[in-house]
Amino acid sequence: MSDLAIEAHGLVREFKKGPRAVDGIDLAVDPGEIYGFLGPNGAGKSTTVHMLTTLLPPTDGSARVAGHDIVKEGSQVRMAIGAALQEAALDPLLTGREHLQLQGALQGLPRDRRRERTEELLTRVGLSEAADRKVGGYSGGMKRRLDLALALVHRPRILFLDEPTTGLDIQSRTALWAEVSRLAQEEGVTVFLTTQYLEEADVLADRVGIIHRGRIVAEGTPDELKAEVGRPTVEAIPTDPGVRTRVAELLARFGDQAPSVKGVAVRLYAGADLADIVRELDGDGIEVAHLQLHQPSLDDVFLAKTGRSLEGAGEEDEQTRLAGAAMEAV
Amino acid sequence: MSEAFVDQVLLLARRSVVRTIRQPANVIFPLVFPLLLLAVNSGGLKAEANLPGFPTKSLVAFLLAVPFIQGALFATMNAGTDLARDIQTGFLNRLSLTPMRGTALLAGQLAGVVTLGFVQAAVYLGVGLAVGVRPASGVLGVLVLFGFAFVVSFGFGALGAFAALRTGSGEAVQALFPLFFVFLFLSSMAIPRNLIGITWFRDVATANPVSYLLECVRSLIIGGWDGQALALGFGIAGAIAVVALTSSAWALRVRMART
Repeated sequence: MSDLAIEAHGLVREFKKGPRAVDGIDLAVDPGEIYGFLGPNGAGKSTTVHMLTTLLPPTDGSARVAGHDIVKEGSQVRMAIGAALQEAALDPLLTGREHLQLQGALQGLPRDRRRERTEELLTRVGLSEAADRKVGGYSGGMKRRLDLALALVHRPRILFLDEPTTGLDIQSRTALWAEVSRLAQEEGVTVFLTTQYLEEADVLADRVGIIHRGRIVAEGTPDELKAEVGRPTVEAIPTDPGVRTRVAELLARFGDQAPSVKGVAVRLYAGADLADIVRELDGDGIEVAHLQLHQPSLDDVFLAKTGRSLEGAGEEDEQTRLAGAAMEAV
Repeated sequence: MSEAFVDQVLLLARRSVVRTIRQPANVIFPLVFPLLLLAVNSGGLKAEANLPGFPTKSLVAFLLAVPFIQGALFATMNAGTDLARDIQTGFLNRLSLTPMRGTALLAGQLAGVVTLGFVQAAVYLGVGLAVGVRPASGVLGVLVLFGFAFVVSFGFGALGAFAALRTGSGEAVQALFPLFFVFLFLSSMAIPRNLIGITWFRDVATANPVSYLLECVRSLIIGGWDGQALALGFGIAGAIAVVALTSSAWALRVRMART
């Protein structure tokens, strides 16, 4: 048996008369790792999470979570994991404290331990003051933080977070990122995080898997993935459009020509430095209105692997997914 | 039965009660509406008590059985709607990810419904006593009446749970309400079956199980101890409870299909 926290081989979920929501996914996530599962709406992220958390049986392939088979050993898997699914599944009529106490009881914590854990988690997610207010009056960020606390009640070794920051403002998002990082770094919790936000995957994940139409099209650390796509580009827009040719001649020493609408751009050679370009332009007396170094982003990776930008790619996939779900319901 | 299981059932029952209490419409409406209907009917149909063969001189005593059954119908709606909301919000998925047994969820939900059923029964009976109704079967009969309220609210609550688990939609559960009301109106709700003059109505009321639920309550209030009425009432309520509970347990297994 391997020591991996999550492993999957050829995992498939096919809906009746519909498309393959997940089409042969392989995963290998190490203990303590934050794995970002990046893709647009309808790409198959949530279906994968539902299979790995035992809520949905796969139609083919196999997977082990915390060393247990997700089909044959569902209850052992559930004991080892915590999950905050896409919708913050809370009861608007209960208070935050009541949620935590109920969750503690359902997870089998003894009464005194339950009380202690409730207070501990309320403090950790910053909800102590709002603990006795009904959840219906919580903000989106508070609901997400409570959702996270509920997933942590029984101290799971592996945490599944399905788009945990969707719809949150930047402040709430940053606070949640900090807590997720802390969990991985200080408590060694393995985090499997789905997201459609490039920045989230970039900032938070140790490794990223990019999913498109049910398949993983790229996987690696954010830096590896970006490096795979190519080198950074530099774009310069001279103040005087008449010197554009001269700027192109100068920049050609540092890299290969790249497309630019208003100015000149080059894809930098290995070792080429932005500071050298600035010195060169300055030495030649060329005044520039705009000079920008563009590092490849995960969106570039997505574009390179799928031929489309991540932003907006979900719309078509979502249509396909909904069509599949509708056919399933018929 | 393990301590953890009992603890889970108690907390889920508490949740069911707390949710209902925190939605005032869910408390007030099931209490006030049947009593309002009782007041209107007992005023409007007053002359009915003078019919030859009518079992009592007090129309209120005769009609007091109706709120008990109406209250159970409301219990069906509340239990079903709450469970459907749990499905729609994904709360059931959260519960599915815990080691909780499905039976704990169902038992907790129904324990909450039954608790509210007892409260309703106490209020209806209290109102009856306040206007001069004295149960013919005495104190023991009142205890049996509460026992009957338990079985009826349990059975109807399980029906609501089944509808919610099968459809996953609160609207679908609410849509059952008019159907149940048709059953109520086509029963011996307002007049004893032997005094119904229209043949087809009498036949429908005779075939309608709701008539026997009403007659069971009625026998304890106005007739004293009637073994046949009690056997039929408890038998039908028990059968509804067994069928509905079995069906909802199956529907819950399907709905909480974990690996």
